[in-house]
Amino acid sequence: MSLLEVKNLHASVNGNEILHGINLTVNIGEVHAIMGPNGSGKSTLAGVLAGREAYIVTEGQVLYQGKDLLEMDPEERAREGLFLAFQYPVEIPGVNNSYFLKAALNAIRKHKGLEELDAIDFLSLLKQKTKLVDMNESFLNRPVNEGFSGGEKKRNEIFHMAVLEPKLSILDETDSGLDIDALKTVSEGVNKLRSKENATIIVTHYQRLLNYIVPDFVHVLVDGIIVKSGGKDLAIKLEELGYDWVREETVHAV
Amino acid sequence: MNTETNAIEQFADQEYKYGFVTDIEADSTPAGLNENIIRFISAKKQEPEWLLEWRLKSYRHWLKMEEPRWPNVKYPPIDYQAIVYYSAPKRKTELKDISEVDPELLRTYEKLGIPLREQEWLAGVAVDAVFDSVSVATTFKEKLRELGIIFCSFSEAVREHPDLVRKYLGSVVPANDNYFAALNSAVFSDGSFCFIPKGVRCPMELSTYFRINAADTGQFERTLIVAEEGAQVSYLEGCTAPMRDKNQLHAAVVELVALDNARIKYSTVQNWYPGDKEGRGGIYNFVTKRGKCAGVNSKISWTQVETGSAITWKYPSVLLIGDNSVGEFYSVAVVNNYQQADTGTKMTHIGKNTKSTIVSKGISAGHGQNSYRGLVEMKKNATNSRNYSQCDSLLLGDKCGAHTFPYIEVKNTSSKAEHEATTSKIGEDQIFYCKQRGLSTEDAVNMIVNGFCREVFHELPMEFAVEAQKLLGVSLEGSVG
Repeated sequence: MSLLEVKNLHASVNGNEILHGINLTVNIGEVHAIMGPNGSGKSTLAGVLAGREAYIVTEGQVLYQGKDLLEMDPEERAREGLFLAFQYPVEIPGVNNSYFLKAALNAIRKHKGLEELDAIDFLSLLKQKTKLVDMNESFLNRPVNEGFSGGEKKRNEIFHMAVLEPKLSILDETDSGLDIDALKTVSEGVNKLRSKENATIIVTHYQRLLNYIVPDFVHVLVDGIIVKSGGKDLAIKLEELGYDWVREETVHAV
Repeated sequence: MNTETNAIEQFADQEYKYGFVTDIEADSTPAGLNENIIRFISAKKQEPEWLLEWRLKSYRHWLKMEEPRWPNVKYPPIDYQAIVYYSAPKRKTELKDISEVDPELLRTYEKLGIPLREQEWLAGVAVDAVFDSVSVATTFKEKLRELGIIFCSFSEAVREHPDLVRKYLGSVVPANDNYFAALNSAVFSDGSFCFIPKGVRCPMELSTYFRINAADTGQFERTLIVAEEGAQVSYLEGCTAPMRDKNQLHAAVVELVALDNARIKYSTVQNWYPGDKEGRGGIYNFVTKRGKCAGVNSKISWTQVETGSAITWKYPSVLLIGDNSVGEFYSVAVVNNYQQADTGTKMTHIGKNTKSTIVSKGISAGHGQNSYRGLVEMKKNATNSRNYSQCDSLLLGDKCGAHTFPYIEVKNTSSKAEHEATTSKIGEDQIFYCKQRGLSTEDAVNMIVNGFCREVFHELPMEFAVEAQKLLGVSLEGSVG
């Protein structure tokens, strides 16, 4: 059974159809990159999978671990191991980052029938994870994303991912706004978290992130449809020739 | 699949947790108010003549006064003749020991989670429990007395320490101060009295729980706290009332006096019954609270978390008379369903180099209406004084309202007053972010709201802060999603 099966997915925002029939299969242990120009529907796809209310699915099906994903509330998806690293992480003033994560982790553990972690076990887990993503411990006691720089916010997303240990992570434009050093650190974090037990979907505009996180599969999304899929070389070719190349090729194929 | 939704519904349908009624025969006056009722109350309490006179004078003032109409709240006219002004649990003789307290009463306290027994000593809290109008038992009085601290019911203070009471009663809130204070001064039945002598630092948090039990009973308690030179005390007040479909009036007066170098910290978690989802019933909480920094370098700090009451009308204030004195007001006021709150503070700077800080957090949900009303006044002689005010409002949903009425009057050129205000709506994005991390909508709202109130919760004593967070959760149930 595949971890995620997206079949003929159509979705609209404010009555405009953005996704026109997406098909995508992700198996456990795989890393998929979804590339595409601005406005192609990449973030819409990420949002639909995470359960954003503004996106209305008009047709198609999504199976996650064999279950109907679209029937689940966003928090249930999260508890079932689906994680979205936000393109624009949200600030929650006054709420301590580690307190937030403890509540989140315990909600997930409770859902799995595991005992909630107490403060001491949780703290040692946190410290271990800060090392994994090379994050300063001072971030634990700051309010969630409040006053963080762009790079710090993105790193915090990966930190959340490290703590919550999802099965399927969707990284939505995690590379945008990062300088080269931050990009490296974030990528290293993602690579360390990569395992046979989980899968990752990387949504990105640029190829450069894929130099650091090497995907197993690359899909090119143009105008709400996946026009081309291939191995990691596809990303490199895309970088050289641009999205117009795929567009032209698609047109010729039609 | 939908277990989560069900859980939220169950949570939202959870009833007012403290809505039980204790069945005890009460010793009450008939409804209505006249001089005879006041004489009855005074006689019942074996009060000295001067106090009866004070009550009667207050009553005569009250008759000439008009109920204030300026607050931004709406309610039908109150029939003051329909209220029972005195109701005491019946008991045979004066209680000498906690074991003599009516077990039914003790069970009520246990439901409220106030253990009156010795564990309290370990917890470092002394409780003066006010049940309806009479203080039932005062614990640890003796231990405190060794330090010269007096902590007892108001009636007992009148009997045992009449000179102190006479000296300070009405010295901060005069009997004719306002309509509800005048009413309270005429009919107050009991309350707490606390006196910390010169140079003594009270070693534990002092705490009073108030509870309105008998139907149609107004509760008019009176609290007087005096900290002499260099004394320090932290006082906690918690309130709940059983659920009734009629409105009940609660008009209390709290007076604080801080002499030179004294410090008083007064914390309230107010959870009176707010009425049901349609706005039926609930407490009218019309309270006058004022502190007087009478001495130099004195400090009075109010912290309040208001989640209950159908209507809240209160402005814990500080008169900064002594030079270098400090006044603080930290407030969280929550309104949900049809609750209304008009609350804030007054900081009156009279002495030189006086400082005040105001942090007000208003949260509105449902059809709730929340108003901050504050006055910062710097008199001519209050040179080099400072005030900082911050008023933040958070809206949940689109049927509620937040209003801010700040008044600033500075009558000298060397003082400074700063005022900052923000209004924000709880963001869909914030809630979605929390849900994406596995939190339920309710937990997400709780967390965001608690984060919003953090600066105020910081000021609360530890165990109160925990209670306050839980209360916020309960009072905002079902307000989003």
